[in-house]
Amino acid sequence: MRGSAAFRQYGLSGWRAVERRFDTAFGSGRNPLRHLGAIGFLAFWLLAISGVVLYVMLDTSVVGAYRSIDGLAGHPLGRLLRGVHRYAADTLVIAMGLHLLREWLFGHERGFRHFSWLTGVPLIGFVFVSAIGGFWLNWDQLGQYSAIATAEWLDALPLIGAPLARNFLVADAVNDRLIALFMFVHVGMPLLLLFGLWFHVQRITRAAVLPPRSLVIGVTAVLAALALAVPVTSHAPAELSSVPPLLRLDWILLFLHPLTEATSPGFVWAVVGGGALALFAFPFLPQLARAPVAVVDAANCNGCRRCFADCPYAAIAMVPHPNQRIGRFLAQVDGDLCAGCGICAGACPSSTPFRSTSELVTGIDLPQLTVGELRRRLQDALATSEAARPLVVFGCDHGARCAAASGVDVSAFSLLCAGQLPPSFVEYALRDGAAGVLVAACRDGGCEFRLGDSVTAERLRGSREPRLRVGVATERLELVAAGPGDESALNAALSRLRQRVQSMPMLTDPHRRLHRA
Amino acid sequence: MPDSGARIAAARPLSSWVGQLLLYGLFALGIGVFSQWPRYRHLGTDEALIKVSFTHTGKPVSDCVSLSAAELARLPPNMRAPTKCPRERSPVTVAVDIDGVNVLTRSASPSGLSKDGASAVYQRLVVPAREQRVTVRLSDDVRARDAAYRRETTVSLSPGQVLVIDFDAEKGGITFR
Repeated sequence: MRGSAAFRQYGLSGWRAVERRFDTAFGSGRNPLRHLGAIGFLAFWLLAISGVVLYVMLDTSVVGAYRSIDGLAGHPLGRLLRGVHRYAADTLVIAMGLHLLREWLFGHERGFRHFSWLTGVPLIGFVFVSAIGGFWLNWDQLGQYSAIATAEWLDALPLIGAPLARNFLVADAVNDRLIALFMFVHVGMPLLLLFGLWFHVQRITRAAVLPPRSLVIGVTAVLAALALAVPVTSHAPAELSSVPPLLRLDWILLFLHPLTEATSPGFVWAVVGGGALALFAFPFLPQLARAPVAVVDAANCNGCRRCFADCPYAAIAMVPHPNQRIGRFLAQVDGDLCAGCGICAGACPSSTPFRSTSELVTGIDLPQLTVGELRRRLQDALATSEAARPLVVFGCDHGARCAAASGVDVSAFSLLCAGQLPPSFVEYALRDGAAGVLVAACRDGGCEFRLGDSVTAERLRGSREPRLRVGVATERLELVAAGPGDESALNAALSRLRQRVQSMPMLTDPHRRLHRA
Repeated sequence: MPDSGARIAAARPLSSWVGQLLLYGLFALGIGVFSQWPRYRHLGTDEALIKVSFTHTGKPVSDCVSLSAAELARLPPNMRAPTKCPRERSPVTVAVDIDGVNVLTRSASPSGLSKDGASAVYQRLVVPAREQRVTVRLSDDVRARDAAYRRETTVSLSPGQVLVIDFDAEKGGITFR
């Protein structure tokens, strides 16, 4: 366990370093490494679209299948279609593998995310079965090799009476019905995959089924260019009386065949079965205690649905309010789904620190860091600050370390997620003596809880409820995207803010400190 | 409200576009190369393949026995068959010799919970591509001492050729295709 944790830690550091390099080129919001699942979806859509057209052109007879697919090479559109279909399959496998690795490195197989993890594991099998089955349809030498290798591998299981490989002993054994069966495998599996994908994203809201537009264009253009530059062509027609000579093997999709020949079918079954079991077992391994989940206070919940809309994991449902008033609703938290991120608390209109109650209780809150506690700490920090122009930093436990924010004039508050910050806290801090406020969220698309960075930015820019009020001096506010390890970016933003507010007069709010109970 | 850090996307420097181009290029190169290279040869240039494969139901493991009148009388009227035959079948054993050297001996158990189904064998033998004497013996009866079927022939295998050794009772037993 300790070795695995260390491996994961090193792996995570390495992954983040690569991600930062990619950020430089693509920008953090369009970094493909942060949209691997969505790129997988894109590849699936490309496969589906090109596959439908190919299906229309396919003749499902033994001789006709080869002829109809090989004929595509004669037309640029045909080459494009076939190439995009094959290379999209390669892309899907690569994106899926990297997505799996990334989620594991980030520890996303555990806790409330275990459902997404467990529903994702079978998808790997669906993808490979469908991809390998696609080679058989062509019924060329590569299809022949793959079909026989698969049959021999399946025959290693003591479940099937007559060996499947006998279906490929002589040419007479292969008939049109077998090609129809291949078609069934190649089309049926993607349908199962689509169904599985629907399950896979069930417990996340606003699931990205396409990456950002620039990535859609970039990936599609690369695949199209590749399809034309390196066309996918058929081998010679299948001939069961001879062994195919040199094969242009797609190592990304068919690597299991050479691995089986280099080792044994039993070994590959052990690898595949053991790997699947390990992936299924990961969520059930001993793990850290789960963070406390959000708690709803019925007396302070007005049923506005903002928390319901902002929750990244669909953990909140709206139910009739117990006060029986018609049309009133109450938020209800499903503890199994709740990530404990606090984005809901940041969305709640009752979270405003300007409320005059001595004990600030909001509609939905996190026990480990309540909005009331945050207000109390902010008040104390500003009251005891001796700086002429105090600065307040609101950061994130999963982003750049707030403690690294340097300066005696800085009061830093690390939240469960930047999205936990109600925008009214910015105004409250400014009216309570702060000269400037820095909000540090994770890099675009890099939020541990998926949406914290985006909802924070939208709320502070006024494009999402609850908004930062119009009258707030936004020149005193700085929003920085600083993920783990980005402490230098945090301090740079802090220096800029400090420099900016130096020339600004301190606010003379007549009501300053009066709102304190 | 000023925005800073990695969120800034507008007016990307030229280096970032070059970086994107490079990374997209690497992506295309990776897929373009590994989707068809290195070429794979799963049989040597001077090798051929013999596939020994059949499904055949062996003989019963023992003879049928006739029941005496007393034994029949003890049975329910609808079960009074004059002979009782075992359901279980003999395993089928196949042996292949090439140029007098045994290269395969395989015994396949009958399928089914009662072991009354067919025995199946599928075995690949990679052999040098040349002329060779192939001898196949097949036993399907545990009561018999010698192989029930035997066939010997000289085959000339060219590189990459597949020879299928099968069993078809209607065609006289062991077949070479």
